[in-house]
Amino acid sequence: MSSMASGPVCPAPFGQHDRVQLGHGSGGKMSAQLLREHFLPRFGNPWLDRLGDGAVVPVEGAEIAISTDTFVVSPLEFPGGNIGHLAVHGTLNDLAMMGATPRYLSVGFVLEEGLPFDLLDRVLEAMAQATAAAGVTVVTGDTKVVDRGKADGIFVNTTGVGVLHDGFRPDPRGARPGDAVLVSGPLGRHGMAVMAVREGFAFESEIVSDTTDLSPLVASLREELGAQVHALRDATRGGAASTLNEIAAASGVGVELEESAIPVPGAVQAACEMLGLDPLYVANEGVLVAFVAPEAASRAVDLLRGHSAGTGATRVGTVVAEHPGMVVLRTGLGGSRVVDMLPGDQLPRIC
Amino acid sequence: MKYLAEYRDPKLARALVERIRRTATRRWTLMEVCGGQTHTIVKQGINDVLSEQVEMIHGPGCPVCVTPLEQIDRALYLATRSDVMFTSFGDMLRVPGSDCDLLRVKAQGGDVRAVYSPLDALELARTHPDKEVVFFAVGFETTAPANAMAVWRARELGVKNFSVLVSHVTVPPAMVAILEAPDSRVQGFLAAGHVCAVMGWTEYEPLAERYRVPIVITGFEPMDILEGIWMAVRQLEEGRHDVENQYVRAVRREGNQAAQDIMERVFHVVDRGWRGIGVIPSSGLGLRPEFAEYDAEEKFSLGFIRADEPAACRAGDVLRGRIKPFECPAFGTLCTPESPLGAPMVSSEGACAAYYNFARMGRDTQRGA
Repeated sequence: MSSMASGPVCPAPFGQHDRVQLGHGSGGKMSAQLLREHFLPRFGNPWLDRLGDGAVVPVEGAEIAISTDTFVVSPLEFPGGNIGHLAVHGTLNDLAMMGATPRYLSVGFVLEEGLPFDLLDRVLEAMAQATAAAGVTVVTGDTKVVDRGKADGIFVNTTGVGVLHDGFRPDPRGARPGDAVLVSGPLGRHGMAVMAVREGFAFESEIVSDTTDLSPLVASLREELGAQVHALRDATRGGAASTLNEIAAASGVGVELEESAIPVPGAVQAACEMLGLDPLYVANEGVLVAFVAPEAASRAVDLLRGHSAGTGATRVGTVVAEHPGMVVLRTGLGGSRVVDMLPGDQLPRIC
Repeated sequence: MKYLAEYRDPKLARALVERIRRTATRRWTLMEVCGGQTHTIVKQGINDVLSEQVEMIHGPGCPVCVTPLEQIDRALYLATRSDVMFTSFGDMLRVPGSDCDLLRVKAQGGDVRAVYSPLDALELARTHPDKEVVFFAVGFETTAPANAMAVWRARELGVKNFSVLVSHVTVPPAMVAILEAPDSRVQGFLAAGHVCAVMGWTEYEPLAERYRVPIVITGFEPMDILEGIWMAVRQLEEGRHDVENQYVRAVRREGNQAAQDIMERVFHVVDRGWRGIGVIPSSGLGLRPEFAEYDAEEKFSLGFIRADEPAACRAGDVLRGRIKPFECPAFGTLCTPESPLGAPMVSSEGACAAYYNFARMGRDTQRGA
């Protein structure tokens, strides 16, 4: 576009980016590209290269789990919670998915000048309640304030440390052919709750975020099933589809899903229809995906259902040896289609 | 969802699949006109289930796919201007122009916003009087009435900082262009239900008669598509070529008069370029001269921006059903969903993107998708 006289120009050939785009933060292929091309070449090591939700590292002969996450959400408050809930639950869940029991948390804030104290207090109260409920202690923290307009109210980083248990190391690389694929609850609630507020949509029944601490669910799986639990991951950014693709790729296996078994609440389905979105790609903040040995599948579902956050737990598919790295969905008609990673953000369709 | 589950009931759907299998004595080639139908067909695996009975050619009814490169480049130019807030339906944002897309312009500081309705764009113009708000008015007869309404309202309200970059196209001339092509393989059409909800079907009757081709006005749910395929196959087997209406819950012969009226008042028929196909006479809608002040092409004198389609991209042949996506030399190598040369690789329901996934699954792509 050499004819442009002024303003930004776009010199990069397709497939290459000379600037960060929002899609680089979507959890899809562009995020993977960002890590592969810019981060891993500089920091790569055996722990980081696994691209897990956190890392298990040796410390003086023992091992601990460590995970960090940064939270930006607009709006800061939404039906079912606020950014404080997300910041605590997100890191606790990442630790839990490695098989660890969360113990300590650090919190770091970037606050925007002009932020109302009552909003800040509601966020901090949410964090205090969430950590207390989980038996986790905030042991260090940091606050920075930036000029108005330089941040969107509150950005939060949390880093968590957890202890590991012998004989329980769920691993994204651990899924095997024959494994049952479970989800702990209905999909798409968090993403659609936030979008409904952001876009000013009013639906007949309000969609409430599912943000929750999943570590009690994992503890139940660990105590009874132990090593029969092969892989765990919370289906956050990029939704269940991205999570399943990541595990399929890391384990070198295929995943077959049954469309009719995938739990999507009616209100989420309706909102997605209206906006042209697919609930499989919508973010969750309180849903885990579990890959368990076939003989443990029905017990695992029962264990998950024993928790209030897992009452909607159900089996959605099976691991196969065919089409490694790919997730294939069997439709109600008996046809099938590939459930791919999205290149970037999910874009609403025209028709 | 109430009243929707019935149209997705797997049991009923499988019964219809069986009915199609019993009806078809040979393999027929049908074109579904609309991108929304393509989406359902690919998403539900209908092409997969019925591969022995029908070959579905994905028609040109995806507004993302057919908006010409030149209009995309004009959109990109506008989006880079510091005085412009450029608004668009979400899925136009990733469509490649000559050397950029709207998401990249946004990353460079361009004010690019996805909206769900042109009336939202008009509202942005009212709340941002310091900006020129431009809406990318793309799509078929379905999006045209709302876009016409936005222009009409802008004039009523006296909003001066609002304009539309129009790239509207209409379905019947594209169907004629496909049928007139010497190597056309299309034996029957599933016409786009929502286009007909606006326009009715009188304009399809002479097409069915002249080209002796069955046209079934079809909805978008799995049951709709399957029933539409069955009705088209039944006509072909019986040697008929009628216009039939599968989408009876939404479409009447005369269409939606109010929607047609507002389109008629704001737009007139113009020649329009289609990406990959070229200019089809009288195939588009443009703003009437009395609305010129709302025409972004006039307001910003965009005539100087011209573009040529990349030679390597054979999207036009794909959109006309002449070649399968994998027969394009760029397919899967130069052109992938992450780095698309042409629009059918961009949209998830675009024919090339759909084939890209099937090929990855190790399917026999020759069977048709």
